[in-house]
Amino acid sequence: MSRWAIEAQDLCKRFGSFLAVDRLSLCIPHGCVFGLLGPNGAGKSTTIKMLTTLAAPTSGSARVAGYDVSTEAVQVRRRIGYVPQQQSADPDLTGFENLLVFARLYGIIEQRRARIVEALELMDLADAKDRLVRHYSGGMVRRLEIAQSMLNDPEVLFMDEPTIGLDPLARHTVWERVAKLRETHGTTIFLTTHYMDEAAALCGIVAFMNTGKILDSGPPHELTAKYGSGATLDDVFIRLTGQPLAKSGTHA
Amino acid sequence: MTGISSPLPREAQHAPSVLRNLRVLLTQIAAIADSEIQKLRHDPVELFTRVIQPVLWLLLFGQVFGRVSGIPTGGIPYQSYLVPGILAQSVLFIAIFYGISAIWERDLGILYKYMMSPAPRGALVLGKAISAGIRGLSQAVMVYLIALMLGIHLRHDALALLGVVGIITVGAAIFSTFSLIIACIVKTRERFMGIGQVLTMPLFFASNAIYPIALMPPWLRVMAAGNPLTYQVDALRALMLPGYHLAFSIQTNIAVQAGTLVVLIAVAAKLYPSILD
Ligand SMILES: Nc1ncnc2c1ncn2[C@@H]1O[C@H](COP(=O)(O)OP(=O)(O)OP(=O)(O)O)[C@@H](O)[C@H]1O
Ligand SMILES: [Mg+2]
Repeated sequence: MSRWAIEAQDLCKRFGSFLAVDRLSLCIPHGCVFGLLGPNGAGKSTTIKMLTTLAAPTSGSARVAGYDVSTEAVQVRRRIGYVPQQQSADPDLTGFENLLVFARLYGIIEQRRARIVEALELMDLADAKDRLVRHYSGGMVRRLEIAQSMLNDPEVLFMDEPTIGLDPLARHTVWERVAKLRETHGTTIFLTTHYMDEAAALCGIVAFMNTGKILDSGPPHELTAKYGSGATLDDVFIRLTGQPLAKSGTHA
Repeated sequence: MTGISSPLPREAQHAPSVLRNLRVLLTQIAAIADSEIQKLRHDPVELFTRVIQPVLWLLLFGQVFGRVSGIPTGGIPYQSYLVPGILAQSVLFIAIFYGISAIWERDLGILYKYMMSPAPRGALVLGKAISAGIRGLSQAVMVYLIALMLGIHLRHDALALLGVVGIITVGAAIFSTFSLIIACIVKTRERFMGIGQVLTMPLFFASNAIYPIALMPPWLRVMAAGNPLTYQVDALRALMLPGYHLAFSIQTNIAVQAGTLVVLIAVAAKLYPSILD
């Protein structure tokens, strides 16, 4: 098995003349919760799309779960889960049916029903499983998507702002589940968030990104120590990106 | 490794075998097709609103043109002659706007997750094609009911009905996959709507759906001969109308339908991911 769960080398993504991701390199060990932080438009989602095989890198290369995202995309897809930034559940199906589609697409045949129910229970959606998703609240949709991303027991789980739109209680539930997933399954988790408290609470390593480049990275406590005693990740964010958090909103 | 063991996905624990791979592939195709059935189950209203158009064609157009005596239908009353044509037309109209639903699914974010799954693109396309077939079949049920009410006699032996199911499914699959390809090229709903309108009319009128090819000027005959709808209607007439004689041989018909479908699926599988760009 490769030493790293995720490794990227000089990854670039260009949209026309605009360079959204600029020579990004990173190595993330197995079982790590990694947080990619940065202001709107920094290139976080674009990075995730390249690592999840949804977008082809303009140049550079990356391996996820030991496979190359460009040349071994199917192998990568089998081993990862993805919670996209935008809502992506099918509103015309029930919660259970949404998960059923994905369980089938992942080729899960044995104990399919039990595994779906288990995932729904884990996200506190057991009671709502037979309701149409169009009648779910925003937080319920988010939890459904997280349940879905765990269905195939991913080795690496990508979560693009997993807690947008969640109330504080639901956010804490998600944190708990993420921590538990890492503990019990050794899942490597790659997440983005605009909540610095979330990053500090969850992540073993964080990296700050702006205008397509990683500016600094490391364990949260080391970073905060580096940027002055008593500093928080908020302070680090402001120092590195030169932007107060208030300006950088929480939604795309 | 950092000390925490990372278990393989549960799937990996099974020895791979051809049979199992086939089962997985069928499951992946069924995933998409079955979700369509569930949607129809949750909201069946569409099945009924879709009936209005064929009813109008059969009642209004059929009644009036039934009075024209010069249409060479081979001795079949015009209204009966029209039924298979209108069935094929209504299936075409449903299928040709399937690309819109793909664009819609992309805008809702659903398609990103389909594409993220390890399912082969061809399986996703085929699943969609079968979905269109299911909608087409529901339309066939309605058209048979209308014909019954209008007192039009249709074949109802098992072989004929089975054949109709096959032709409708393949026909819907062909046009929905064609539509998906267009959606992958034009990418937005607005552009698609414009093109969808422009396509359906020629496909419909340059076919034998409402008049025999024999009535057409030579240039239109050439177009009709290249139009899969013509073959579908011909086969449907043979399978639905007692005493109808095929204009094309069964072999030609199967070759045209199967060939077209295979080519379209292959192209769509290649293009499908580009709808995300
Ligand atoms: N398909 C695209 N075509 C053109 N430009 C794009 C495309 N996708 C992203 N971009 C641009 O790339 C830059 C990075 O976008 P990205 O979505 O990765 O940012 P982000 O860090 O995820 O921001 P946010 O915090 O708002 O989610 C932005 O300037 C965006 O406008
Ligand atoms: Mg983003």
